[in-house]
Amino acid sequence: MLGEGIVKGLAETARNFFGSYVNKERLTTVQFPEERLPQIEATRDFPFLVYDGADPEPGLRCVACQICEKECPPKCIYIVKSADKKPDATGKAQFYPAQFDIDISVCMSCQICVEVCPFDAIKMDVEFEMSSEDRFGGLLLDKYKLAKSNEYYNKIHPTEAGAVDAALAEERAKAKLAAEAKAKKDAEIAAAKAAAPAAAPAPAATPAPAETPAPAVTSAVGETK
Amino acid sequence: MTGHLVTLDQIFVVIKHWLLGFVPGALQPISSAILSVVPVVIAFPLLFAITTVLERKGLGRMQNRYGPNRAGWFGILQPMADGIKSLTKEDIVPKTADQLVHFLAPVVMVIASFLVYAVVPIGRNMVIADLNAGVLFFFAIGSMVELSVFMAGWSSHSKYSLLGAMRAIAQMISYEMPLVLASVVVIMAAGSLSTVTIVNMQAGYTGIWPHWYLFTPWGIIGFVIFMIAATAESNRCPFDMPEGESEIIAGYFIEYSGFKFALFFLAEYLGMFATSAMAITFFLGGWSAPFSFLTWIPSYFWFFAKLLTIICAFIWVRGTLPRLRMDQLMNFAWKFMLPLSLINIVGAGIWHFMPAGFTRWGVVSLLLALSCVLLSRGLRRNKWFHVRTYRFAS
Amino acid sequence: MTISFLLLAAITIIGTAAAMTLKNLVHCVLALSLGLVGLAALYMQLGAQFVGFTQILVYVGAVAILAAFAIMMTRSADPAVSHVVSSFRASGALIAILVFAVLAWATISGTSAQPILTAAPESSVGQVGAALMHRFVLPLEVIGLLLTAALIGAGILAMDEHRGNQNRGTR
Repeated sequence: MLGEGIVKGLAETARNFFGSYVNKERLTTVQFPEERLPQIEATRDFPFLVYDGADPEPGLRCVACQICEKECPPKCIYIVKSADKKPDATGKAQFYPAQFDIDISVCMSCQICVEVCPFDAIKMDVEFEMSSEDRFGGLLLDKYKLAKSNEYYNKIHPTEAGAVDAALAEERAKAKLAAEAKAKKDAEIAAAKAAAPAAAPAPAATPAPAETPAPAVTSAVGETK
Repeated sequence: MTGHLVTLDQIFVVIKHWLLGFVPGALQPISSAILSVVPVVIAFPLLFAITTVLERKGLGRMQNRYGPNRAGWFGILQPMADGIKSLTKEDIVPKTADQLVHFLAPVVMVIASFLVYAVVPIGRNMVIADLNAGVLFFFAIGSMVELSVFMAGWSSHSKYSLLGAMRAIAQMISYEMPLVLASVVVIMAAGSLSTVTIVNMQAGYTGIWPHWYLFTPWGIIGFVIFMIAATAESNRCPFDMPEGESEIIAGYFIEYSGFKFALFFLAEYLGMFATSAMAITFFLGGWSAPFSFLTWIPSYFWFFAKLLTIICAFIWVRGTLPRLRMDQLMNFAWKFMLPLSLINIVGAGIWHFMPAGFTRWGVVSLLLALSCVLLSRGLRRNKWFHVRTYRFAS
Repeated sequence: MTISFLLLAAITIIGTAAAMTLKNLVHCVLALSLGLVGLAALYMQLGAQFVGFTQILVYVGAVAILAAFAIMMTRSADPAVSHVVSSFRASGALIAILVFAVLAWATISGTSAQPILTAAPESSVGQVGAALMHRFVLPLEVIGLLLTAALIGAGILAMDEHRGNQNRGTR
């Protein structure tokens, strides 16, 4: 029929027009500053540094390895390594960043820094309303602005943070076991060295009795941590 | 109608005569003219402001979104914001542009657009100038708009504006023919070129049904042709190829900024209102009420109600149809609309000479329906696709 | 010689004179349109509303647009136009003055110089139409044939190029 397509089109737009007053599906606009769409969990905007515990200074996971600085495509990360070392969450002495700056006007949210970090120290935040009237200084975030707690990380990316925490816990347990094994071995060697002059005529018999006092020695060593 | 209703209907005329009583005799003609013109000059730009908001919100709802809703309650103050914006924007004129013509183009367009309201009867006894050749005046002044489009396009000294101007003028002159021919049927039926006479001929009732020319077969076809041609004359979607926003960015007024752009916009919308007003005058009975029991409502109310209905229809069509390509546009005008309007004139002639009754309805409707179908077939058959051969391809 | 007549005559003369003397072609076309509008206003002042509006509709709405199209299609209105200083200026002026004198003499002596005292007949559009259909039907049909011939000629000119291009393309 002549004009059939036009009439069908007009009917469709009329349905849209009247439907937008009664049907939520026909009016999909979200009035932005007052209402917001819920963000999905994998949202990423700008990076932040994770710290364990309550205090950012000793708890910061970053050890200033500078891998993220080298891998960042637009080179928006600037790290200055500290001169001294301080113990990290596992007790091992590590460097820490004396200065860690990210210029978010340059950052392109590619997440490469997060992917390459071996210490799970830098993760992506979900905050984007960071505009400032100071074009240069206001968009340069330093270590103190970037450091956010692990609880915050769990809040914004629960599954990811849960996985990271589980992996870290497993790693630390493994490290603990390895350290205990090592300490046990050290104690054995020390005990063997101490028992060597006493059991000089019978060297073949020393490995066997050395095994039994080992658990008691290693457990004592393990408590000192 | 009782005395009070008559006064309500004629309230503007009464006020005008009362105000004229204060003016000395020598100045009476000129003050009468001014007093007639001032309400029109106030009312139609106000309608323009309301239409811009209505259009944006209407289009928004049709496209599943809100329209503007930040300026004032539900966006009602948006035209004020737009007005302030266009007044305070910098007026950039290209250095190689023809300065005088560039300045005059919006002026001529606005003058032409305002001038046509002189023959539109807004209510009973409410027309600025009851010219003997009112309809001809309307079409004559309407053709001055094309000249201003040429001035705008040429003086901007830019390829886009020139191209837009060429397309716009070609489109406007092609669609002016069906526009004029569709109104010829009304002139034939009314027997006069005066708009007041045309409306008065339609102001009668048989029973409750009005004598509008829309309720005749040639009237329906004439109305449809007139509305399509009016859409094309005001460069509105689906005929807005000259100002296709996504293509040649604003066509012939691409180099205009600030207030001159606002003047073009105003002139375009005023042209749209004027052609709608003429359609109402020709086919929808002007200021007369749709049923005989509704005549107590004042005449100017009916006029503006009909005008708003047509404006809503324009907005609805704009939200629905995609833009026509230039060749599709031209084909449509010359191969469908023009023959159909000529056949419509023949049909109206047959109607006039046959006695009243069902036979003349049947004969004329059959003639017009047949011609519609055959012409549309002819329009679609034009798409012959032949195999392309390339001269240098092996 | 009312003030309105003088004003309209001035507009017409200035418009047409500018159309002849201006260098920029587009300005000439626009000045010509102004002159034609002035002429239409003069017709209306004489009481011939129909002719006046038709003059605007046809001349300003169609002829000026035609000239505009010609300019746009050929792009011949570059600002740096050649300064046309014809060497026939003197003889041209003389011929123009002679023609004007003859026309003026014919106009003044043809219609009597004193104003017509009888009221001009109210020429309504209906009467114009009736005259066209009865008394002047032959000139009307001849003009119609002329316009049809012009339309067909334009169509053939435009179509020939298209068909010529097509033939060259497919061979």
